[in-house]
Amino acid sequence: MSALVEYLISGVAIGCGFALVGSGFVAIFRVTEVINFAQGTFAVVAGFVAYSGLTSAGAPQGVAEALGVLAAGALGLAFGGAAIGRKHTSPLASLVITLGLAVTAYAGEIAIWGDQPISFSGLQGDFVLAGAHLLRQYLLVIGVALLVLLGLGVFFTRTYLGKGMTACASNRFAAEVVGISVRRMGLLSFALGGLLGGFAGVLLIPIQPLSFNSDIDLAISGFAAAIFGGLRSFEMALVGGLVLGVAESLVGGYVQASYETVVALGGMLLLMLWQARRRVELA
Amino acid sequence: MLSATDLVVRLGSVTAVDGVTLSVERGEMVALVGPNGAGKTTLVKALAGLVRPASGTIAVEGRLAYVPEGRHLFYDLSVEDNLSLGAWRGRDRNPKRIYEVLPGLAGLARRRAGTLSGGQQQMVAVGRALMADPEILMVDELSLGLAPIVVSDLADHLASLHQRHGLALLLIEQNARLAFDLCSRAYVLENGHIVASGSSAELERSEQVRRAYLGVGSTPSKVRSREGDSSESARRDGSA
Repeated sequence: MSALVEYLISGVAIGCGFALVGSGFVAIFRVTEVINFAQGTFAVVAGFVAYSGLTSAGAPQGVAEALGVLAAGALGLAFGGAAIGRKHTSPLASLVITLGLAVTAYAGEIAIWGDQPISFSGLQGDFVLAGAHLLRQYLLVIGVALLVLLGLGVFFTRTYLGKGMTACASNRFAAEVVGISVRRMGLLSFALGGLLGGFAGVLLIPIQPLSFNSDIDLAISGFAAAIFGGLRSFEMALVGGLVLGVAESLVGGYVQASYETVVALGGMLLLMLWQARRRVELA
Repeated sequence: MLSATDLVVRLGSVTAVDGVTLSVERGEMVALVGPNGAGKTTLVKALAGLVRPASGTIAVEGRLAYVPEGRHLFYDLSVEDNLSLGAWRGRDRNPKRIYEVLPGLAGLARRRAGTLSGGQQQMVAVGRALMADPEILMVDELSLGLAPIVVSDLADHLASLHQRHGLALLLIEQNARLAFDLCSRAYVLENGHIVASGSSAELERSEQVRRAYLGVGSTPSKVRSREGDSSESARRDGSA
């Protein structure tokens, strides 16, 4: 029983991280129709910058992590400039650009932080739930992720800027008609995607050490979470992330750690096929 | 107030608008009629700054707003959000002033735009454009897909805005009867060229215009209650 609780809670925590990465995919896709395959890079860079802030600059943990998140946001803006900065760049061309940027970023990451996995301690200590000893960092990840996603909901439904971005997602031509710059909103969405990826990076790095190529796993899991909601729903990205995180954790705990990603993604695929069939039946 | 001179707009290798010259004066209601594919929407998009002309000049004095063909609302957002986003560049984003001129929208404020009827959506589209507090409004295909009674109601609203607030209007319409009834002056666009222009009354009397746009045997409208005829003579000479 205690093992199950441990797998469930750790799965939910990891799933929240996937949901944050997935929400980054959603934020960018809704406005620009670009699938940003550099989404995992934002998480890795945020984790690495936070690590440098802690170890080299001696900054307090919260400050170092905030710097990491902001750095990811700035990187998102820069990647956005490269991907959609030129007018009439097709979403497919932008996708290839983000893929190229993600691979190119490896060089910088290796030059600055090396090629070995990096981690730092998160929230110290553990707590007991139903006989299971759990890291307090799990609670931090779950709490912060839910707050960030709640804030995202408030941003898109209550703020004028958020509504402007939703307007671009709803009808790009109409947005231009009323004077909204779809390109600027696209850049903003990339910055937002960077921040969301950044939160995932600084929250997950104490649980899962990150290396320069961890972006692939994060991007695949985040993309799977995002695609669960058709790349348009933040709520469904959260659900997708949690399903994936818990499935991974259970497979890793009860079967074998090396199978966890494959089995979890396979399960996700089956779930999406069922979802698609249901949609067809309802239509 | 709004003028285009020798305007040429190309869409790829196709010249959609070819040497068009037109103008709308302050407080004037002008129609642009023509068949499908004449280049009306391309022309109005160029006037709205959404399409870059290949050559020619466009001059706009005052604020201009545009209601695109097919409404193009933000269907996931509420009516109120749709309206407030119309003032994206403005300071006053409170839609209350629109509810005063289009009272039918007040009761729909919380409804999602995607759930409205075609006529209600067209009303929201007009209201959204009015949020920019324009001095000239361009409406592309007001009547598209709407029942005649709904079109008549919308036309009355536009006429009222014109009379009470001095709003200038450029109405792009396939329904020439509606266009001539609502506007004092009109242009006829065919294959990217202005082929006729003049007062609506004069155009209605033109045999060719009546045959092409009002149906053979149509009689000039008896319901005209708008401004008087202009002194400009109707012509159908292939030049603007």
